[in-house]
Amino acid sequence: MRERLSVAGRVVLAAGGGYGLAGLATALLSLTLPLARPEAVAAATLASFVLMPAVAVAVFATRSLRRAALALAGSALVLGGLVGLAMRGAP
Amino acid sequence: MRGSFRQSMAWLHTWSGLVVGWVLFAIFVTGTASYYRTDISRWMRPELSQAAPVATADLPKAAERAVAYLEQHAPKAKTWFIGLPQPDRPLLDLFWRNRPGEPPSHVLLDPATGTEAVLRDTEGGDFLYRFHYELHMPPLWGRWVVGTCAMIMLVALISGIVTHKRIFADFFTFRRDKAPRRSFLDAHNVTGVLALPFHLMITYTGVVALATFYMPWGVTAAYKGDTRAFFTEAGWITAPRLPIGRPAPPAPLGPMIEQAQASVSERLERLTVTHFGDAQATIVAMFEEPHGLAHTPTHIAFDGASGALLEIRGGDLKPAAKTVSTLIGLHVAHFADTGLRLLFFLCGIMGSAMVATGLVLWSLARLPRASERPFFGLRLVQALNIGSVAGLPAAIAVYFLANRLLPTELASRAEWEIRAFFAAWIIAALIPLARPHRRAWSEMLALVAMLCLAVAAADIAMVEAHPLRRLSGGEVLFLWFDGAMLTLAALFAVAARKVSARARIRPRHGRLSAVYTKTRAGPACVATAKSLS
Repeated sequence: MRERLSVAGRVVLAAGGGYGLAGLATALLSLTLPLARPEAVAAATLASFVLMPAVAVAVFATRSLRRAALALAGSALVLGGLVGLAMRGAP
Repeated sequence: MRGSFRQSMAWLHTWSGLVVGWVLFAIFVTGTASYYRTDISRWMRPELSQAAPVATADLPKAAERAVAYLEQHAPKAKTWFIGLPQPDRPLLDLFWRNRPGEPPSHVLLDPATGTEAVLRDTEGGDFLYRFHYELHMPPLWGRWVVGTCAMIMLVALISGIVTHKRIFADFFTFRRDKAPRRSFLDAHNVTGVLALPFHLMITYTGVVALATFYMPWGVTAAYKGDTRAFFTEAGWITAPRLPIGRPAPPAPLGPMIEQAQASVSERLERLTVTHFGDAQATIVAMFEEPHGLAHTPTHIAFDGASGALLEIRGGDLKPAAKTVSTLIGLHVAHFADTGLRLLFFLCGIMGSAMVATGLVLWSLARLPRASERPFFGLRLVQALNIGSVAGLPAAIAVYFLANRLLPTELASRAEWEIRAFFAAWIIAALIPLARPHRRAWSEMLALVAMLCLAVAAADIAMVEAHPLRRLSGGEVLFLWFDGAMLTLAALFAVAARKVSARARIRPRHGRLSAVYTKTRAGPACVATAKSLS
């Protein structure tokens, strides 16, 4: 039972966390890459589809669920903060 | 997770592959068929053999006839899509939506008269093509399901590669063995590894084809969610124009098209007419893609009221935008001529086989001992395996059969073809439930073989212009199509024979299966490699 819960937790974390992190990274890179605006958005969006499965694989590779959750939450906070800053800086 | 990195990846590969396997199989099969979408459409409209090809010089007149028809039949629609006659489809292909959310209207016109073409009502290859990315569900739902499956497929591919310790050696390994699991494992590895670049490419580019739909957050951040502004700035489309609500007499279409044709060497493919009759009406002419990998067709926009040229787009993309176009181009493979197209098709077949063998492998690895009863999950997986791996090909064959056998004047005939497809699929998935598992496999595979034979037979019987019924002439496409059906019939017949031969040998439950069943999470490759070495 505990194992099943842990698997369920990882699935939720990989799907939600993976998509959330990829979305935040796309937003951040779209605003900050030193390229023309459409180029930055295109490059960031392309990268997101590599980032998301990578995050999902990492979630399943991490030894403990808590560690994976903490790492993901930390990265999301940092990325979210940076996106907030970039949005304020953007015209 | 439990155990080593490789073990957790093996677990991830097994389960991520299983949960999306059946949908992935359907996506792979219909996508593979879509490489021959225009040929399938052409085969499903045999009346077109009589139609004369349309010269490019006649396209302006044909376009004017299309607009005249649309003015009369679709005055409320915001946008008209006009597919111009092509060598493989010498008809005007009109498409419009009266209001968002309403089902679209779709009409084929004779380009010489502008009246509705007299031919059987069918979706042709477009049904399989749309099923490939929308699964015949409401578009938004279907696309999300397909996209989710594609992402999980990427995860399964990555974890599958990591799991594969001996990826190079296994490339050359095929143990045709009495133990079915080992040959299925090798078949899974061969189809997976041999076409691995294709599998990675096709999955990633498939997601990229709907990139801003799945991952709109870059556009949200940088463009406040205005996707069309992004597309325009990136150089993929001409600038969208809003109506100003003041009517203005439309400029004649013919001269605009002639002007556009004079500046582009490719063939004119489509017109998009927006807000016809408004002072800010726009007409965009889209041309065939220039030869090359990237999907960068030229677009030329005209003002619908004055007929003045507004802008020309295409070809001159910056690196990232060009990369996106190239990735989409790789996915749809319009650049591929006969040989390369066949290679893509075979890679698609290998992808389907990889998914199918992976699914079967899961159930083979969990077969109970002779004294035990199969647990519910196993029975469910076995049923779904037959229902998809044999059921979908059966359904496609019935779709083709329905095209030949349904009366041509039947009302909403195109829908009946699709109903036949789903009815056949449901029946093909239900029958095996009432049969012993192994016999169900061989029976269903034999049924698919017979259905493929029936398609070829029906084609020869029902099409008067079939080349086999004439002393000379006739369209070669019919021979190719029937030949492909016969090949498929032979392949499915061989598969059915193999399975029924296997069924007579009692499955062994030796050391190997014990090792594998115990470490259920363990990947087949690691378990077998260990026990064999």
